[in-house]
Amino acid sequence: MIDPAPALLTTAWPGLALVGPGLDLQSSFTSTLEEFGLSQAAAHLLWLPLPMLLVLVAAVVGVLVNVWLERKISAAVQQRIGPEYAGALGVLQPMADGLKLLFKEDVIPKRADGLLFTLGPVLVLVPVILSWLVVPFGQNLLISDVGIGVFLWIALSSIQPIGLLMSGYASNNKYSLLGGLRAAAQSISYEIPLALAVLAVVMMSNSLSTVDIVNQQSGAGILSWNIWRQPVGFLIFWICALAECERLPFDLPEAEEELVAGYQTEYAGMKFALFYLGSYINLVLSALLVAVLYLGGWGFPLPVEWLAGALGQSVDAPLVQVITGSLGIVMTVLKAYLLVFIAILLRWTLPRVRIDQLLDFGWKFLLPIALVNLLVTAGLKLAFPSFFGG
Amino acid sequence: MTIASVTQLICFVALSLTLVLGALGVVLLPNIVYSAFLLAGVFLSVAGLYLLLNASFVAAAQVLVYVGAVNVLILFAIMLVNKKEAMAEIPGLLLRRVLSGAVCLGLFLLLLRVDLTTPWAVPGPTPLGEDATTLIGIHLFSDYLLPFELASVLLLMAMIGAIVLARRDVYSSDVITGEAADQGLIEKERTPLLLESPPRDTTLLEKV
Repeated sequence: MIDPAPALLTTAWPGLALVGPGLDLQSSFTSTLEEFGLSQAAAHLLWLPLPMLLVLVAAVVGVLVNVWLERKISAAVQQRIGPEYAGALGVLQPMADGLKLLFKEDVIPKRADGLLFTLGPVLVLVPVILSWLVVPFGQNLLISDVGIGVFLWIALSSIQPIGLLMSGYASNNKYSLLGGLRAAAQSISYEIPLALAVLAVVMMSNSLSTVDIVNQQSGAGILSWNIWRQPVGFLIFWICALAECERLPFDLPEAEEELVAGYQTEYAGMKFALFYLGSYINLVLSALLVAVLYLGGWGFPLPVEWLAGALGQSVDAPLVQVITGSLGIVMTVLKAYLLVFIAILLRWTLPRVRIDQLLDFGWKFLLPIALVNLLVTAGLKLAFPSFFGG
Repeated sequence: MTIASVTQLICFVALSLTLVLGALGVVLLPNIVYSAFLLAGVFLSVAGLYLLLNASFVAAAQVLVYVGAVNVLILFAIMLVNKKEAMAEIPGLLLRRVLSGAVCLGLFLLLLRVDLTTPWAVPGPTPLGEDATTLIGIHLFSDYLLPFELASVLLLMAMIGAIVLARRDVYSSDVITGEAADQGLIEKERTPLLLESPPRDTTLLEKV
């Protein structure tokens, strides 16, 4: 019998699974519904979509912020002003972009394969959104703390190339097909060093679960973050994540000078918007996972226990729990957007690599380095178990 | 019936339907690209069935290996060679189809008989849940070490074979026939490296 995944979305004090009785939103929601005469199972069923919907909305809002940042930062890099008239400082510009795409005509080329053409963007977007399942914003602030955690993300991200190949093939266009093939080749090549970098972190924390990985870094605030123990792994992961997101300097699949727009060439309207959305959600997701794996996740640079102790407060007090929970969300998002900022800055300052350089870099440089990093981590873990996880 | 069991039943029926219909489509569809994409669907529904059996690590590994690697490579191969032309007529195609259909039907009937006569232990062993990952690791490095290492040797052989086949042009002579291989950097003729090399068209080389 399968157990429905415990969908918790409660404010809790990070570092401790204890939740104040008034703060467990799930139990108060279901008990309220049960007072109206619903069965426990039905109340649970009504609760289940709420955290998912919240995370979906958060992902889409994250994309809107991301698009605005991209426009503003690129403008700053090029000494322009950027969007200015849509809302204050142009904050409504992403909404305008989205609405424009929504009202555009949905063109399917006459000689294209209609079914695969429609299915391709969907297959690109769905795995990316599914991966948000394992992103923690706090001790209990995630949809599901599945045991396979980051491995689920790696597995799901490997579905994406199929969608890219599908749309590249269905467009019936040389540039699209080449773009799709490049995307798949790039994605497969960079998945291996990425997985090896994750493996080194997993080895230190003895768990694939994202919550356990963050908890393992929460001992001494900023000093215990994985970035100090895994500097090479951090760089490998970040480079591979950029390559997986097809961001410059690795945006070969849609290199406009060579391939028009790669697999997106024939797409317009909402189908194009799905690609757009998928790539930006993927960028935010990668930044969040870098924050979780290497930058201490929801942890504050100073441990919150010390802060609460210095102020003479008990960490179990409801108010303190609310504050620390909110602080956890703010810290996660802050770290992620710091990385997004670096990604955008990289995009607008670096030239694109060539396809042979890209593949050489992935197979002949990153892969051996990632293997050595794994070996060194294993050695250090056995030699210094107190610093590198016992 | 609780809501959880109804959900499980619906998931099982949906996954099984996609699995069976997808597998039939893989075999029966004339368009090889559709077959390859449907194969990805079949692999995904198998992963879904593993999830229903509480084997989440196996399900994720199934997605990673079969959908993310094997199927993408199949698609790669198809898209690099797909010429969109009708296949050549094979003599006695109908007879071949009837014969292979009969063999498949026989196998299906045999398996159906096995399914109906075997006393299955219901319910099966209790699922391990999250501990499965650790246990798989322990088994792979203790009692299943030899098969695990043999599989890696097999993969190494396949890799070397692929490199030899793909990089024939770096050898001075053809690996199979022993003839001198075409080393020119200009666009090659269609079949200079295969068993029957046609007489070289030297006029083309001179023109270039």
